[in-house]
Amino acid sequence: MGAVVEQQSAQNPLVEGLERLPVRPTAMVIFGATGDLAHRKLLPALYNLAHEGFLPERFDVVGVARRDESDDYFRQLARESIERFSRRQPDPAVLDGLLANLRYVAGTFDEDRVYSQIGQVLSDFDQQAGYTLNRLFYVATAPEYFPVISSKLGAAGLARAEEAETRIVIEKPFGYDLESARSLNQQVLRVFDEPQIFRIDHYLGKETVQNLLALRFANSLFEPVWNRNYIDYVQITAAEDIGIEGRAGYYDGAGALRDLVQNHMLQLLSLLTMEPPASFEANRVRDEKFKVQSAIPPPTIDQVASMAVRAQYGPGVSQGKEVPGYREEEGVPPDSRTETFAALRLHLANWRWAGVPFYLRTGKRLARKVTEIAVTLKPVPHLAFQSKGSVGVQPNQIILTIQPDEGVSVSLGAKIPGPTVRIRPVQMEFHYGTSFVSESPEAYERLILDAMRGEATLFTRNDEIEALWGIIDPILTAWKEDTSSPIPQYPAGSAGPPEADALLQAGHHWRKL
Amino acid sequence: MSDDVWSAQDTTPEAIESALRRLLRERHAAQPSLAPARVLNLIVVVDRDLKGEVANRLERVGRYHASRTILCVVEEGRKTLDAVAVMRFESSPGGTLCVVHEQVQIDIGPVHLKRLDTIIDPIKVTDLTTLLWAPHGHDDAVASILHMCDVVLRDSDDDDEPSDGLAQSSELLEAAYVVDLAWLRTTPWRERLASSFDPPERRAVLRHVHDLSIRHNRTSKASAALLAGWLASRLNAQLGAFDGAAESGRHGTARIAGEQNEIRIHFEPHDQEAPGLAGVTVAWGRDSSLSLDRSPGGLRALQRGRGEEREWRILGASRGEGGILGEGVRQALLRDSTYGPALSAAREIAA
Repeated sequence: MGAVVEQQSAQNPLVEGLERLPVRPTAMVIFGATGDLAHRKLLPALYNLAHEGFLPERFDVVGVARRDESDDYFRQLARESIERFSRRQPDPAVLDGLLANLRYVAGTFDEDRVYSQIGQVLSDFDQQAGYTLNRLFYVATAPEYFPVISSKLGAAGLARAEEAETRIVIEKPFGYDLESARSLNQQVLRVFDEPQIFRIDHYLGKETVQNLLALRFANSLFEPVWNRNYIDYVQITAAEDIGIEGRAGYYDGAGALRDLVQNHMLQLLSLLTMEPPASFEANRVRDEKFKVQSAIPPPTIDQVASMAVRAQYGPGVSQGKEVPGYREEEGVPPDSRTETFAALRLHLANWRWAGVPFYLRTGKRLARKVTEIAVTLKPVPHLAFQSKGSVGVQPNQIILTIQPDEGVSVSLGAKIPGPTVRIRPVQMEFHYGTSFVSESPEAYERLILDAMRGEATLFTRNDEIEALWGIIDPILTAWKEDTSSPIPQYPAGSAGPPEADALLQAGHHWRKL
Repeated sequence: MSDDVWSAQDTTPEAIESALRRLLRERHAAQPSLAPARVLNLIVVVDRDLKGEVANRLERVGRYHASRTILCVVEEGRKTLDAVAVMRFESSPGGTLCVVHEQVQIDIGPVHLKRLDTIIDPIKVTDLTTLLWAPHGHDDAVASILHMCDVVLRDSDDDDEPSDGLAQSSELLEAAYVVDLAWLRTTPWRERLASSFDPPERRAVLRHVHDLSIRHNRTSKASAALLAGWLASRLNAQLGAFDGAAESGRHGTARIAGEQNEIRIHFEPHDQEAPGLAGVTVAWGRDSSLSLDRSPGGLRALQRGRGEEREWRILGASRGEGGILGEGVRQALLRDSTYGPALSAAREIAA
């Protein structure tokens, strides 16, 4: 996170003290430029970067998609995306300036002609600039196109440029299981070197996720208790109150485990449990993450039933409205066995965390939208206070909320005012909204800028991808092989299936949503 | 936005502080999802006649409102304190977190200025960064409360003579961190120059710069001097003598340590509506130069060299003068180590 910046500062005397650091002039090529991700996230993020003056002094975009359309069509599409989804009201002059630098290449991703056209447009940009611009290829397509795009870029000679850096950003899901992830890694690594590859998980671009590192490594308060001696158990929750929102085609093939656990939630677990890195240089941080990911023993197929629970939402009431069950959603097969809820109990086999259970749960159509990490400390060894007339002394909890109200709260036991010593938990809270005046940038803004700079700390390395799939793969296999057991159902709008309670050890409980 | 309001005449700091606590307690009881912003105290000392203008500027800082703003309004002949405390908050839909900002206006007289610290101290939130802004002078008030402030917000461009404005900033910098709006007006220019000279081949030419022209609004001479001072200090250049009236454009020289060539520095007053800089040109080698000029939606860049000319636009929205005060509030929480050396160099230029 800091090494690229420090290096830049050492070499350019004008950089010190600046918040917006120079980014080398770049041409960005978006594959899937007319798709949902580009429409909702990428193009608005580019506008916001332009508005704030974060983009490099020369910045051009090439949109690539199947529709046989023109530059003007893509500019109009981008204008609509930005006007609709930008987090700020666009400044007409900035917007016009950004759109003027957009080009469009039409074609399917397996056509050689498309890549020679991309090469031609990039050469035109270079010629206008008088030097070679850095290249950033952003693959925002369906995953089945990742290998072909990568290999065609290589074949067209676009994977490297003289006197400029070439990088490729690949969206999730990176693979469908361990084998496909390995195969995809191999295919992409045949064309690009690992330092050129930026596997994006937008969760890592969220301020609160990055704040996890600040909380752990910039405060001496937490580190002494951050281990098996003081921590009883940890819960990571990523609950959504919405259903599949018309994405049956994608979701029914993926499920909750692939959609959220394999990437976002295991990344949160990694940041929460990794050892302090020697520096915040990308590979030092990722080395530590990989070490802790490797310390999670993948379950055997036989162990899966006792450490993982899956379920589907049935009909119910969500936010006051009656909603259908998963199998009644449009596009979902009525006999679908895809999980919309997954809960796991994991353990880490290392000195710091041995014996501490990590409970992960995620689901759609749950009671509330919340993403949080709850660290529960062990109870005090001896209690000298009476618990009559109060809920009594509860173990301390440190809650890191990722969304919706980003912040940290610590529960402490405090005396209830009155003549007797009675204790109840109170909250000590830190909210981003009340403690900082600045607005958090969108995760995509931060990550696109990092990719342009070659700053890889917040991106997932190839060994991490494989380690994470290694944990998930046996669960996927066990669930796939089990074609007869009924899938537990939970009513839409509820806290999830009661079967998830079976994962909890004695004295542990799921936090209320 | 909703407001809870308390007011009193002939009151005391203790009563004001107590009212703030009560307002917060009552509001929190009615709306548990409400939390007070706890970022910084902003103390503003203003003349009564000019209060409206300052209040308007404070309104326009957008999301950069201080958590507790204490506006001290100085009124000739006043002997007692009148106060209005306002809790401003948005109603939270569905119980989501909602932030409350506190604003206190205290009407004071000149008699209070010398010991303004005894009035402010009980009212500011302890442990938060405290920012002081006295746009109408009131040196005695500043002297009284400077010891309890971490940051002073000022505008070196406010003085007719840039040498005076820069000297005052320099003096204050010895007692507190200074956020200088004149310096913030140079930020986009500093960022773009840093970016333009970032490629390794360009970094090398920085040592061979021979001309620097800075075009600026006639009211922003201190900003122009700060930009030149920044470049000189970052390049470790020794400044020579500077001549010429600020109105018609000063000029002078600088020499980078260990280099033979001299950098000629020119300031060119420019007619433009917006305060701040209008453009900058850096020249090096036989015929190479880069000009950056203010244009809609960002800066127009013009590069000349080897008989070629290239023009392009660098994107970025102007914050405008409304935005610069909010940026000043935001900067109060950051620290820029390059301002001090730039200020020293700017003082030499403007002397």
